[in-house]
Amino acid sequence: MQQRHDAGSLVAKSLARNPLSAGRHRKALRTILVCLAAAGLTSCQQAGMLAPKGPIAAQELLLLINTTEIMLTVVVPVILLTLGFAWWYRSSNPRANHSPEWAYQGGVEFVVWSIPALIVILVGGVAWIGAHQLDPKAPIASTAKPLQVDVVALDWKWLFIYPDQRVATLNQLVVPAGTPVNFRLTSATVMNSFFIPQLGSQIYTMGGMTTHLNLMADAPGEFPGISAQFSGDGFADMRFTVKAVPSGDFDKWVTTARGAGSALDDAGYGALTKPSHAVPPATYRSVDPKLFDRIVEQTAAMPADVRAAGAWCPPAPQTGG
Amino acid sequence: MLGRLSWSSIPFDEPIALVAGGGAVLGGLAVLALVTVMGWWPYLWREWLTSVDHKRIGVMYTFLAMIMLLRGFADAIMMRSQQAIAVNGAEGFLPPDHYDQIFSAHGTIMIFFVAMPFVVGLMNFVIPLQLGVRDVAFPVLNSVSFWLTASGALLVNASLVIGNFSRTGWLAYPPLSELAFSPDVGVDYWLWSLQISGLGTLLAGINMVTTILKLRAPGMIYFRMPVFCWTALASNMLIIAAFPILTATMAMLLLDRYLGMHFFTNEAGGSAMMYVNLIWAWGHPEVYILILPAFGVFSEVIATFSGKALFGYRSMVLATLGICVLSFMVWLHHFFTMGASADVNAFFGVMSMVIAVPTGVKVFNWLFTLFHGRVRFTSPVLWSLGFMVTFVIGGMTGVLMAVPPVDFMLHNSVFLIAHFHNVIIGGVLFGMFAGYTYWFPKAFGFILDERLGKAAFWCWLIGFYLAFMPLYVLGLMGMTRRLQHVADPSWQPLLLVAELGALFVALGILCQIAQLYVSIRTRDQRRDLTGDPWDGRTLEWATASPPPSYNFAVMPDVEDVDAFWEIKKRQELDAVEPSYEDIEMPRNTPTGIIIAFCAVVTGFAAIWHIWWAVILGAIASAVVMMVFGWSEEREFEIPAAEVGRIERARPALGRAA
Repeated sequence: MQQRHDAGSLVAKSLARNPLSAGRHRKALRTILVCLAAAGLTSCQQAGMLAPKGPIAAQELLLLINTTEIMLTVVVPVILLTLGFAWWYRSSNPRANHSPEWAYQGGVEFVVWSIPALIVILVGGVAWIGAHQLDPKAPIASTAKPLQVDVVALDWKWLFIYPDQRVATLNQLVVPAGTPVNFRLTSATVMNSFFIPQLGSQIYTMGGMTTHLNLMADAPGEFPGISAQFSGDGFADMRFTVKAVPSGDFDKWVTTARGAGSALDDAGYGALTKPSHAVPPATYRSVDPKLFDRIVEQTAAMPADVRAAGAWCPPAPQTGG
Repeated sequence: MLGRLSWSSIPFDEPIALVAGGGAVLGGLAVLALVTVMGWWPYLWREWLTSVDHKRIGVMYTFLAMIMLLRGFADAIMMRSQQAIAVNGAEGFLPPDHYDQIFSAHGTIMIFFVAMPFVVGLMNFVIPLQLGVRDVAFPVLNSVSFWLTASGALLVNASLVIGNFSRTGWLAYPPLSELAFSPDVGVDYWLWSLQISGLGTLLAGINMVTTILKLRAPGMIYFRMPVFCWTALASNMLIIAAFPILTATMAMLLLDRYLGMHFFTNEAGGSAMMYVNLIWAWGHPEVYILILPAFGVFSEVIATFSGKALFGYRSMVLATLGICVLSFMVWLHHFFTMGASADVNAFFGVMSMVIAVPTGVKVFNWLFTLFHGRVRFTSPVLWSLGFMVTFVIGGMTGVLMAVPPVDFMLHNSVFLIAHFHNVIIGGVLFGMFAGYTYWFPKAFGFILDERLGKAAFWCWLIGFYLAFMPLYVLGLMGMTRRLQHVADPSWQPLLLVAELGALFVALGILCQIAQLYVSIRTRDQRRDLTGDPWDGRTLEWATASPPPSYNFAVMPDVEDVDAFWEIKKRQELDAVEPSYEDIEMPRNTPTGIIIAFCAVVTGFAAIWHIWWAVILGAIASAVVMMVFGWSEEREFEIPAAEVGRIERARPALGRAA
């Protein structure tokens, strides 16, 4: 597996290891963005990707800011020139030059093609490096051993299985701060997108398929998580809370979870596959660590039958995995 | 007998849907009653409904787009209001099942039944005139295309009253759109209305490409075509290449839903990822199908009102064709978050940026067209300047999201919503409004009221910025799209600003309605007697406003890019009266409207599983096509004397100007 630190280009280094100068830029643009928000009468509250709480989100925000700055160097002059030319060359301005036949000049054309090409080469380089460095599949370099979490999208809630700890949670994700989390994700229903804005990258969850994502929280805190892919009537309530706790507290939480709540057996999972929304968070004291694989292989109960139960016509018979 | 259809299909229990649907039905009936009482049917039937004149068909396309704009905008303002109200536990006035229909209908209508007919309508009207020819290559097919598009629009609106519309978004991603998750008729309405209108669009594309490639005035080689013709050529080639993908993709979804197949289902080896790839393999070129003709309009408008030839004509043509080719190599940027490898994501990210190069070139060339020009600030120019300023912002946020890791954050957020409205309103719609104002005098012989036109522009511009700049910020704050209610109370102030923006846009639309009304009322004072109200450069201005049915009595001779400008410079007009010849023109035929009627029957019956009517409608349309195919009298001649009489009745060019 490719480690992020191995990609050793200059841009990559500045992204990953030079938080000081980058931080200044980020601060400046973030101030602008927040003031835009303030102009819109909001309380100056920073949220979402403007308030990153992990390395992935921080690097992605930095990429966003750098790319914006590169492009603004052309966009702002173009806007000013448009307004300026239109105003100066207005038909009522007798002082403006008029050359009705001036419709081609090789040098101008050369410049006209070069400027966007140069910008694109620059931004394209950033995109190429960024796409490799921040590949959701790439593990995050850390001395701590990554925590494995399996994510299942249901109608309309999120199930989190901790295969190594043999516990599970619903609509809340508890992770140790400072420890990389390695997610495997699937869906037991339609397509959804697993997204914690303050921690970074989102990724689709799809039935019968597994996607991978690596995230990390820098410090303890609570962050909202959502589904970012419309999935039906209960979609707006398909939210969960991420609790990043100090790593010592995580083990304590696991111990507590093992002693509380019900076990997530097949009947319990079958009940979860029924559509419901705004379900309060819950923990399960035990879970089959192979449940995720069974859901991907579609050998666990599928909610498709459940949603279609009231339909005018039965769905096509399932032929199984 | 009636398949799934019953009284319970009419939403008596949903007051909002019932009022909207009832209002639409009553409004429609009122119009029909008015037409009947006033005895306008024979005129309408003879001159419009059965017309195969490209100008009339172009006007009807545009009219359809404007009516559907009202419907699509009503959906928009309901969505904005719902999100502004339903914050922090409040449920708002639209329950999820209704709200989900509204955003699905909004997207479907705005793309397929506003933007598409507007673009196709303008091309239909303008292209033969700019090419200096008398009609499109296949006039009857043109009528069939239009009526098929109108059929699709009718079916979408029928879902207001009978049954319900799709609740799966404008692209109906499976497995949500599969039978297991969407068992009602909504997705079927979506599928059949788009299959029917999509067929119309494909036929229109073939027609337009044939026209541009095969029918041009003497002397009009490719590199003397106006830029609008080039952009139309590129756009229609994209239609021919892309729409079959859409048709095939939707056909597979239909097979899944009707015959229990498993192309895109969760189980039995189906793959939703394939649908997402295919739909965007159509969907991204579709964006350029819409924007390229708008670029063409801006090129015409800016050159004309700057009193200068377009700067860098060959560069513009090259850029247009470059965009045309590249538009098929970027579709994956719509789903970087699906888990493709870094190499794949990076490739499509870079390709998406490469397409910004020709687009940027175009912006610079417009800039240099203004340079050393004499800019007259008419409302088409205001739309064009508004476009240039707004579009570069939209382009910038587009390139931003082409960086895969940035997209991992912004995908599906309202930042994305702001981006594509930025390019579609600020690009396509502004372009269509500029074209509408610019060519209106050509179509109807009088100029639209400028004061109200400018007021409409400012309302739209301010409304756009107020409605969508807050969405950029909200997207950065973590707000995703399609939320029936929002959880974070700190988002509400910005949502209220967006609502205010929507109200400004509503004001803009009111100004446009008033503009049309006032202009028609005072048309006698605003006649364009010269045929050339703007001091135009291309051939459409060489004929009368409105042009006679045959467009040009004598085929114009083309010796340069700005053909009419050169003719005016050479002062050849009115020099000698040309000798007129008999002109052969296509005869009007009800083929198009009858086939469309059959298509509506077939589509509606298929949605409701009324199988006998499906078969009946399909057979009937086949019969109509055959009857037309074997008919003998498809053309008629306008005698030379009649042509001469029409031409002599027209005030001479250039005198009144």
